Amino acid sequence: MSIRGKACIAGAYEHPTRKAENKSTAQLHAEVALGALRDAGLTRADVDGYFCAGDAPGMGPLSMADYIGLDRLRHVDSTDVGGSSYLLHVGHAAEAIALGKCNVALITLAGRPRSEGMATGTAPRAGNPAQPDVQFEYPYGAAVANMYALCARRHMHEFGTTSEQLAWIKVAASHHAQHNEHAMLRKVVTVEDVVNSPMVADPLHRLDCCVISDGGGALVVTRPEIARSLKRPVVSVRGAGEAVKHQMGGQLDLTYTGARFSGARAFEEAGVTPADIKYASIYDSFTITVLLQLEDLGFCEKGQGGRFVADGNLISGVGKLPFNTDGGGLCNNHPANRGGITKVIEAVRQLRGEAHPAVQVPNCNLALAHGTGGSLGTRHGSATLVLERE
Amino acid sequence: MGEKLPHRTPPAPTPDPSTRAFWDAAREGKLLIGRNTKTGKAHYPPRPVCPFDDEGEVEYVAASGRGSLYTYSHMHAKTPYVIAYVELEEGPRIMTNIVDCDPTTLRVGQKVRLVFVPSEGEGQPIPMFTPAEENPGHAHA
Repeated sequence: MSIRGKACIAGAYEHPTRKAENKSTAQLHAEVALGALRDAGLTRADVDGYFCAGDAPGMGPLSMADYIGLDRLRHVDSTDVGGSSYLLHVGHAAEAIALGKCNVALITLAGRPRSEGMATGTAPRAGNPAQPDVQFEYPYGAAVANMYALCARRHMHEFGTTSEQLAWIKVAASHHAQHNEHAMLRKVVTVEDVVNSPMVADPLHRLDCCVISDGGGALVVTRPEIARSLKRPVVSVRGAGEAVKHQMGGQLDLTYTGARFSGARAFEEAGVTPADIKYASIYDSFTITVLLQLEDLGFCEKGQGGRFVADGNLISGVGKLPFNTDGGGLCNNHPANRGGITKVIEAVRQLRGEAHPAVQVPNCNLALAHGTGGSLGTRHGSATLVLERE
Repeated sequence: MGEKLPHRTPPAPTPDPSTRAFWDAAREGKLLIGRNTKTGKAHYPPRPVCPFDDEGEVEYVAASGRGSLYTYSHMHAKTPYVIAYVELEEGPRIMTNIVDCDPTTLRVGQKVRLVFVPSEGEGQPIPMFTPAEENPGHAHA
């Protein structure tokens, strides 16, 4: 059994805020929920499936269903695989719809790390001592940025990747962000700007990192009959794949990611190849995140990511693979420190032909959205979607 | 050439019933890894249930303390430090810090050796690594 063609993304909404000093996290969840339902032309009364992850305060779907006012739920799923959760949720929603467990699934993400003054990437987090890895990592100062730096260093060592090549990823994102009125960083930057920005975790510079922002987003996934009865262009879920990768008892290899597996699974289900993809949303917590995933998804060979991203190859209208045309996490936003849902939202915009005209990919009928959650340097979730415009 | 890293006192770990032996051994200058009694395969961090094989028991054995630098990052924090994965002679790649070094002279693949650094509070020693004496790069220092 496959989910191919069994579910559609009928609603997508990105919160315009980037700093929500006067809003609560639960309020942001409710606002994006209503935004996505309005976009779809549906209401809360239509929702019978709800999906959220660790950013949802309280006891996930219980607290959020209560607060938002969802009273007809017959299917919930709060699988938390960090920033990749919401892509995985789309796949799980499609499964639930295919099995008749729900008809209209709502997925929400929201958070306000910027207002809370969180040093997301640089502060080691003590975590829960019962988490078995904490005592073997926290004393060493493991933080988000240096974990990705470990991946970057090893990639440079094995394949000769350079800081300048990584910088091209930020350059491409900035070219897109200049057209997004909501983006936090709208200034177009150069390779020199990136490599001359302050070092955070060698070899990653400040501009190799994503932004820290408040905000959120939501998606509505429905059965195809319902999607076709609505007024929006129909975006079908053609394939979904997920994977988990970790330290493997010390046999870790930082040169690849779970995208190698989740991507292959999604492409197989969709019956397409990377060469068929017109637009790609690629998780971009750091520049190295993008490079590793592009290789693992099969857009280029392992080790060739540096050459692939250089010279504007990811810039819409310039290169062969337009990516993150909203500016991505690197320039636009990274709500709740989780960039998964915004990856799906921009892919939906592209497939509907509703991206900014300056970055819209002509005749974009097949797109990929990919997310990573957790940390590439230790353990992470990986989720890939292949989406199609009917 | 840069300067030697300043000393950083790491936060103390919170041992649990399954790791007490590991942290006790660290007080005696030993780095324990897990080894499957049947397959001989080593793992890290050590845990009572082998992550690889359904058969065999896990015994905790002391690593030689010799290894090589798999990857590292010089963290430009208020008190800078080098975080790394070191590949032990026995196989596992383990998260650690490289201490008592000039971060600008580190290179992937170089030999490192085990040292212990006392942590905050009661001074529980934490296994870390430092460039080994026979490091050929040392000649250029």
